[in-house]
Formats: sequence, structure tokens, C-alpha cells
Amino acid sequence: MMRDALVIGVQTVLLIVIAPAIVGYVRLMKARLQGRRGAAVVQPYRELRKTFRKGMVIADSASWIFHLAPFVIVGATVAAASLAPVISAAQPADLLGDLFVLAALLMLGTFFLALGGLDPGTAFGGMGSSREMTVAALTEPTIAIAVLTLALTTGSTSLGAIAGTVLKTPAYAIGPGHALAFAAFLIALIAETGRLPVDNPSTHLELTMIHEAMILEYSGPYLALIEWAAAVRLTLLLTLAANLFLPWGMATSLAPVALVAALLAIVVKLAILGLLLALLETRVAKLRLFRVPELLALSFTLALLAAASSFFTK
Amino acid sequence: MKLFHKIRRTGIVTEPLSVDGTDGVALAREIDARARSVFGRALAIREVDAGSCNGCEVEIAGLSGPVYDMERFGLHFVASPRHADMLLVTGPVTRNMAVPLRMTYDATPDPKLVVAVGDCARTCGVFAGSYAVAGPVDSIIPVDVTVAGCPPEPTQILQGILAAIGRFELGGARRA
Amino acid sequence: MNESLLFDWMLGAFALGAAASVALPLGGVLRRVALVCAAIGSASALALGLSVLRAGATWTARWDYLLQPLGGVALRVDSLGAFFLLIIGFTGLPASLFAIGYLKHLDGRMRSRATHALFNIFLASMCLVTCADNGGTFLFVWEVMAVASYLLVISDPEQADAPTAGLWYAVMTHAGFLALLAAFIILAQGGSWEFPVLHNASTLLSPGARGAVFVLMAAAFGSKAGLVPLHVWLPRAHPAAPSHVSALMSAAMVNLGVYGLVRLVFDLLPPGPPWWGGLLLGIGVITALTGVLYSVAETHLKRVLAYSTVENLGLVFIGLGFALLMRGYGYGALASMGLVAALLHTLNHAAFKCLLFLAAGSVVHGTHNVSMEMFGGLIKRMPATAMLSLLGTLALAGVPPLNGFASEWLTFQVLVAGAQRTAPALAILLPLALAGVALVAGLAALSGVRLFGITFLALPRSTGAQQAKESTRIMVVAMAIPAVACVVLGIAPTSVIPQLSRIASDLGQPAGPLSAGLALSVPLVTSRMWAAMIAAVAISAGAAAAVAVRMVGRHRPVRVGAAWNCGRIIQSARSEYTAAAFAEPLKRVFTGFYRPTQEVTIDVHPASRYFVRSIRLRADLAPWMEEVLYGPFVRATRAVSDRMRQLHSGSIHFYLALLPGALLMLFVISRWLR
Repeated sequence: MMRDALVIGVQTVLLIVIAPAIVGYVRLMKARLQGRRGAAVVQPYRELRKTFRKGMVIADSASWIFHLAPFVIVGATVAAASLAPVISAAQPADLLGDLFVLAALLMLGTFFLALGGLDPGTAFGGMGSSREMTVAALTEPTIAIAVLTLALTTGSTSLGAIAGTVLKTPAYAIGPGHALAFAAFLIALIAETGRLPVDNPSTHLELTMIHEAMILEYSGPYLALIEWAAAVRLTLLLTLAANLFLPWGMATSLAPVALVAALLAIVVKLAILGLLLALLETRVAKLRLFRVPELLALSFTLALLAAASSFFTK
Repeated sequence: MKLFHKIRRTGIVTEPLSVDGTDGVALAREIDARARSVFGRALAIREVDAGSCNGCEVEIAGLSGPVYDMERFGLHFVASPRHADMLLVTGPVTRNMAVPLRMTYDATPDPKLVVAVGDCARTCGVFAGSYAVAGPVDSIIPVDVTVAGCPPEPTQILQGILAAIGRFELGGARRA
Repeated sequence: MNESLLFDWMLGAFALGAAASVALPLGGVLRRVALVCAAIGSASALALGLSVLRAGATWTARWDYLLQPLGGVALRVDSLGAFFLLIIGFTGLPASLFAIGYLKHLDGRMRSRATHALFNIFLASMCLVTCADNGGTFLFVWEVMAVASYLLVISDPEQADAPTAGLWYAVMTHAGFLALLAAFIILAQGGSWEFPVLHNASTLLSPGARGAVFVLMAAAFGSKAGLVPLHVWLPRAHPAAPSHVSALMSAAMVNLGVYGLVRLVFDLLPPGPPWWGGLLLGIGVITALTGVLYSVAETHLKRVLAYSTVENLGLVFIGLGFALLMRGYGYGALASMGLVAALLHTLNHAAFKCLLFLAAGSVVHGTHNVSMEMFGGLIKRMPATAMLSLLGTLALAGVPPLNGFASEWLTFQVLVAGAQRTAPALAILLPLALAGVALVAGLAALSGVRLFGITFLALPRSTGAQQAKESTRIMVVAMAIPAVACVVLGIAPTSVIPQLSRIASDLGQPAGPLSAGLALSVPLVTSRMWAAMIAAVAISAGAAAAVAVRMVGRHRPVRVGAAWNCGRIIQSARSEYTAAAFAEPLKRVFTGFYRPTQEVTIDVHPASRYFVRSIRLRADLAPWMEEVLYGPFVRATRAVSDRMRQLHSGSIHFYLALLPGALLMLFVISRWLR
């Protein structure tokens, strides 16, 4: 019992702590691809520290929802992060929830972020909320079918069980169902975390914003918490992509050697995925907002094909 | 794929920051030590165009490009004054932009810094005395550093910004 | 407590309430007595349902001398009936208490007698529907319920669309009644109409007749529950009724459609072929999608909630359809799991829909407006309503740790568990159903953000919203009751799982263990949902962040300033997002479904057409479902009735000749029937 809580706690803290570094790493890779020196990988930590210590200006039209939202977002994202298998495939967090719960917790965070965007009564806040909720709603079917595909091959929707089963039977990971589900999951990941081609995280043009528009009114520690929660969300989804579909290197026991090896493995996997993300963001341009549903429909079709093929290869 | 070949061929083109040519950069007032300590390693900048001809904007845009690369100093542009630590103001402040400039300044949380870029921001430049101009930037909001020039080079703008946060000694060696 | 005593209290309280509405003099005393009686009756219904469920025993009663031509009054409360009786009592109680404050403006008006009497009759008839044990009693109280609710729907003369709404409702509910009548006739095969007798007689039916009975009853109960395409009365009738009645209609009456179908298919009829389940599952998915898509696009506050009811009943029927499908293929345990998921969602939906309709009533009462485009900023003027609405909206959006998510999660799990059992038809149907449920869940979250955000947040968009008044204390207390239930059912859904499992196993096979401590668990897919612990983790993380914010930047300067609107000099409520604008990206994605129409009127100066005086834009959603599906019927009925008008020839000889003609026909028919 205590040991389970410790494993869950350590994995959660690990995810939370390395999240800004992942964001900094992706930014560094993008800078290098643009021919620039770029900032250090630890720059996001400095930014968060600075923002946390800054003062705040609160809109006079805001209500207690504005003050509550950052903390709910942090709570929901941390709760989602506690479910993710980071280094250990023997996952006691399966007692808390499975992939559906994780997706729903991320939706809870998005819900309050959208409310926080609507609260001050600015036009851009409403616009960001509207677009973000639409994209989030259209991403849900893809995630559900991807979960179904994983459940069909591994017999469970719980994260640790999926990772453990794929670890034991590598043949699952090469099947067409698994590969198609991986592709669909990656597209859903881009939509959920607001990266190119769905949304540009560093844009200044409000009319092209989705995620950024909702936080234009936030400042100081509230802003720091929201930015950091967004980084945790990205790291969490990248970890899921890595450990559910390519779980090699994960620890199946609590031996220190296995744990250290698993830590190295996840760092390497995150580095590779981060590099791929930077390459993608350099190569593609942002999609028109009204073309984004087409991209999401593509990911949904891939997921359906994945589910269908899992039925027929059983 | 051709894109990635070109990227590989071009490589990193960032130039080190020159310590010369700082004549146009001046501290308008004593920088708040607290601001300096908070902003030492990371600074968020909001660019405000208070009626400029966009000559300064083109130079400022070059700052985020590969040659001048302000990100390596921890500087980055943000989309909202609420996120900003420093306002980078250009242009003689026209009548229409006087109130919005003041509103932008009020919307920025404390502590904050202001850098006025270009001759227009410093003294209204060639537009001084025009019926459409309300006055230089320091007649609307308090200014910490001015960077003269029409337009100033990106190097000088960068020197001015770094001087504001205490990472650049004017007229001498550069402090890390 | 003794069940008979509780039943007597229940009926007695309702009867007393109705009698008092007629007998007492007009005024506040009448309102309080009638509504307190309704509350006591509801509480007794709740207690009766709990008692039967807890004890696991069935209570019966018979009065052969009442309703003799229909076979006497036979009542039975078994576990299934007790569950639905519980829901009616549980929603009737807050609705009654709410009305004590809400209907204060009716004191002294003649209308108040009818309103309060009908309210009691409505509640009583709904409770009796769940107790009926023979066809005659069932149909009788079903009709009483329909008439009472119809009269309540048209009771408010200030609602311009109430008569049309009432007409749609009356026609559709009576069409359903006829279908029910036909189904009972086929099912009884000339024998008794007692439910236990029907249970045995149904095995003698041919498969074709069984299918016909199923389709007829599915149509009738589906119409009551609001399944597409028989849902068209729901978004008209629910908004037209007074809010406390709407709460009951959406949270209690539609569930009787579910009750009827479960009673029929799981109790009266023997296990049927898989196409029954497939049909319900498909219709459930279409209903859920239709409901949520329209709830996102509507701007009338109560119509948004009415379409949300359609959506949630679609989710319930997905669970029911799944259960039937599994039973058709012989997987009894999975079928029971599906039934448990459907019943859990029925309960959860009743809780949050009751809360939301009462909150809508509170908002309408406080602002004297019904359109979401006229609201805004109510969180500052109506803080209690806003707080409780937030809980209701979170439940509607299906986010953890509230109850909407608990039942949605269980529905997901049973669909995945079902998909693991391969059968060719299921390979296509179940993943699509799962995708449909997921899309509905996402869109429900969108609808929830829009509902709460546009109504309560930002700045007021009209004078009504600017001068909004908070509701009285009794109304707030009434809203708090279902709100507490939403939280409790979300954190501890396992408190009701044993009872639901008992209902499912009474009707079929045992469902297997579905709870582990406070966590919902589905061993077939080794998944769990421990809402209480997740909530604890989230709250601790949020609290830790709050402590960090307090401690780290203690001397941080915090100011209050104007909202950042990009330096715009004139700031007003006009710069906010509207409800229609919020739904616009989605409306673009689903243009084919919405069929939006747009009408632009440009008013020019008479002197020259280059001087434009005003431009008016009217954007609307064409009600294409009514046009396509009901248009032909309406037109045909009009054509036939126009023809029949020719019988009104005005000739007295013709009218006199009709009398002996009718007598002759009756004589012939009775001879032929003998």
C-alpha cells in the first residue's frame, strides 16, 4: 500500500519536474533547425521562476472562476499525470483509473481553462474558449477508438496493463492495428497539446490562436501555473505515446537497476519524440482553423481502421 | 525533404553580440534593482507600435531571426501585455495611440521596464510638431532606456534591452 | 417502515394537496399547503422505493372494485419499479420545494388552483405508473399523467409558444398511447392483462408477433423518452412548461419511457433476437448525437437543457440496446452490466437535469429573460445559483469526479468489454457506438462550457441581467438537494451499484462484481475508476499550488485593472462572445446536419439606395427533421380534415340521419363481435 503510493508519487513528481525541460528541448531543436543558437534546455524553468515572482493585474470584470481556474487546471493535470506509467509497468495507479479517466481529467482541465477565458468578458477569450472546446470535442472519438484498439489487443483499458502486455508480447506492437492506432494517437496528441499544424504555440496573431487566446488575460503566478500545466500535458501525452505503443525499457520489477534503466529509456524516448515533433513543426505550416476538423477526421478514420484490423487479426 | 537538406547546408548563422556602437543607447533613468534581479535570465517583451512607420518594426523583427537570435539571451516576444515584463515602444506617439499606449502600460503587471526604440520614440524624430502627434513616449509613460537611430540596428536594440536588465554594460565590456 | 403505510402516505399526501388546491381560498396558504403536500408525497415515494430496494422484497396491492372494466387496480413494487419510484420521489421533492418560492407570483390568481392541483396529480400518476401491475391500470395512469402534464405545459399564458408545444405533445403522446394499446392487445392474445400472466403468455407468441409488440412498445416508450425521430415534442414542451414542471418532465417523466421499455423487454417478453438490441443501440447513438448537436446550437436556455435531455436519454438507450444485443447473443453477464450502466446513467441524469432546470428557473425568475444572449455576469448577482449551476454543468459535461462521468465511464467500459467478444455484426457496430459516445461526451463538455460561461460569466448583456435578483432561500435549498446528490453519486457511485446489480440480476443473469470499495471496477477489462482518490489527488495538487503561490511571492504587487481588450478605448458588453458565436466553429463543421439559413435585410434611405439605414441579419437553424418526417403527416391530416369539413353541410336532415345510422352500426358490430 505504502509502496504503491510511493511508486505513484515518484512517477508523478518525475513527470511534473521534467516537463519544462521537454518544452525547452523542443524549442532548442526548433531553434537549431532554424539556424539559430537558441536558449538552453533549462530556459523554461527560468521563465517559470520569473513569472511566478511577478505581480498580477486582475480584470475588474473577472469573478472567482478566474482565480479558481489555474488551480483546477493544475489539479486535473497532476491527477492525470499520476495515472501515467513513466518508468514502471507494474502500475499501481491502475487502481485509480484507466485511459478514459486520463482523457476525462484532461478534459476537466480544458473545461476550466475555457471558463477562465470567458470570465473576463474579452472577445479573444471567448474565441479561444470556443475553438479549444470544439477541437477538444472532435478529438475525443479518436482517443476513444485508440483506447478500444489497445484494449482489443491487450485485453484491458488500464495503462499499466496495456504497457505490461505489450512488453511481454512484442508481436502486438508490430501489428497493423497497433501501428495505425499509434498514428491516430499522434495526431490527437498534436490537437490536444496545441502544436503545429493545429495551433502555433508562439503566435502573436490573436485571430489564429486557439490555446493562447484563453490565457491572454492571465499574469503572474496564475500564468506560470497554466504554462507549466500545459508543459505537463505535453510531456504526459508524449510519455503515453512512448510507453503504451513502444514500452521497451520499462521496469517490470522494483530493482534499482531496472528503475534506472527505465528512467534512461523514457528520457531517450522523449528525446526522440521531441525531435520528431520539432522536425514536424519546422516542416508544416499551421492549418486554417476550418481545415482542422479534416485533420481530426483523418485521425478518426485511422483509429477506426486500427480497431477494425484488430478485430480481424485476432 | 529539400527543406531539411537546406537546413543542414546552412547551419547555425548566429553572430556574437558586438560590444561596439553603443552611442545611441542611453539609460533614461536608474534601473530598479529588483527588476534587474527578477528579469536577469528570462524576459518577456511586448512590442507596441505607437504610430511608427514600421522601419523600427522591421529591425525588431530581425531580432528573432537567426542572425541576431535574441532567444539565446532568454528574451522572447509575448502576445499580451499581461504576460510582458518589458514594453518595446516605437513611433512618435500619435494622438490615436496615446490612450492605448497608456492602457497597455497599465495592463502590464509590475515590475516592468520600458525601452523606447528609434528617434521617433525618443524625440518624435521627423514628425516632431505634427498635428497628429501627441508627444514622445516619455510624455505618456515612464521610459527606462532609449535607443536612438532611424532606424537603429538590431544590435543596438539588443544592447538596449540587455542594458535595461543589467546584462550589458554600456560603453565597455559585456556582462554575461 | 411498512411499505403499505408509505404508499398510503404517498397517495394521501398527493390527494390532499390536490384537494387543498381546489378547496382552500386563493393565496399563499394554498400554495404552501399544496406544495408541502407534494413534497411529503415525493418524500414518501422516495422512502418507499428505498425500502423496497433495501429489503429486496416485492410489495403488492389490489383493488378489484376500482376500474372494474379495465380489470381492477393491481399494484406491485418490485426492485425495478422501486428504482424508478425512487427517482420520481427524489426529483419531486426539490421541485416541490422550489415551486414554493418560484410560484409566489401566482398567489391570488385563479390559475394557481389548477397549477397546484395538476402538479400533485402529475406526481401521483407518475408514481403509480411505476407501481402498475396490469395493463389496464398502466394505461389508465399513463393517460392521467399525459393529460396532467399537457395541461401544465399550456398553463402559462405568457408563453407564446405554449399552445403549439402542447399540441405537438398531446398528439405524440396519444399516438404513443394507441401504440401501447395495440401492443397490449397483441400481447394478451385475448386473455388477462395482468403482468405476471402476460409474462407467461408472451412465450406463446410467434416471433413475428413478438417483434411487432417490441416495435410498437419501443415506439411508444421511445417517444416518451425522446428518441429520434419521435423526440420533436420534447424541445417544444419542456421549455414551455413552468420550470419546476420542466424539471420533473425531464428528470422523471422521460425516465418512465425507460422504465416501460425495461419492464417490457426484460420482464414481460422472453429474450429476443439481437436485432432488437441493435436497433435500440443505433437509435440511441443517433439520438445522443442529435440531442447534443442541437443543445450546442440553441440559444433559448431551457431548450438547450431539453436537447441535453434527449442526448442523455440517447446514452441510456445505448446502454439498454447494448444489453439487449448481448442478451440476444447469449452473454447474460454482459447484458446485465449494460443494464446497470443504463440505470446508473438514468439516476445520474435525473439528478443533474433536475438541478439544471431548477437553476434555469431561478435564472429566468431573476432576470425575466429566457435567451442566453440576454444573460451574462450573473455570477456576481446570483452567486448561489451560479455555484450550484456550476456543479450541474460539470455533471452535464461528464467530467470527473462528478456523477455524469461515472455513468459515462461505465458505459464506455461495457462497450469495450462487449467489443472483446467478436461477432461479425459487432465488429462494426460497437466501435462506431463507442466513437459516438465519445463524440457526444466531448460535445457535452462544449455545451456545458457555453451554458455556464455565457449565462453566468463576463458582463451583463441586458438590463434584465444587470438587475438580476438572487432567488429566495427555499429555492436555493431546493436546488442544493440534487447538487449534493451529484457530488455524492460522483465520488461514491458504488453506493448504488449493489441495488442496481440486484435489479439486473432479478431481470436476467447476475452482472458480476462492479465495485471494489469506493471504486467502480470492471474485471472483464481490468479497469477501475476510483473517483474519490482521484479527486483527493487533484485537490491536494491544487491546494499545494495555492500554498506555493501564497508563500513564494508574498510581496507580489496585485492590482485590479480593466480587462485587456487590445487597447480598445470603448469597452462594453458588446465585445463579448455570444452564445451563437461560441457554437459557430461547430456549426461550420456540421453544416450538413444543421442546415443553417441566413436572411439579410438591408433597409435603404428612400432618396438613394447608397444610403443604408439598417442591415438586419437573421441566422436560423432550419427544423428540417420536423419538416421531412412530420411535414407529410401534418399536410395529409390537414387535407383529410378539409375533406371532412364537407360533412358540415349545415343540413339538419343530414345531422339527424347520422344518429340512427350510428346506432345501426353499433348494433351490427356488437352482433358480429358476439
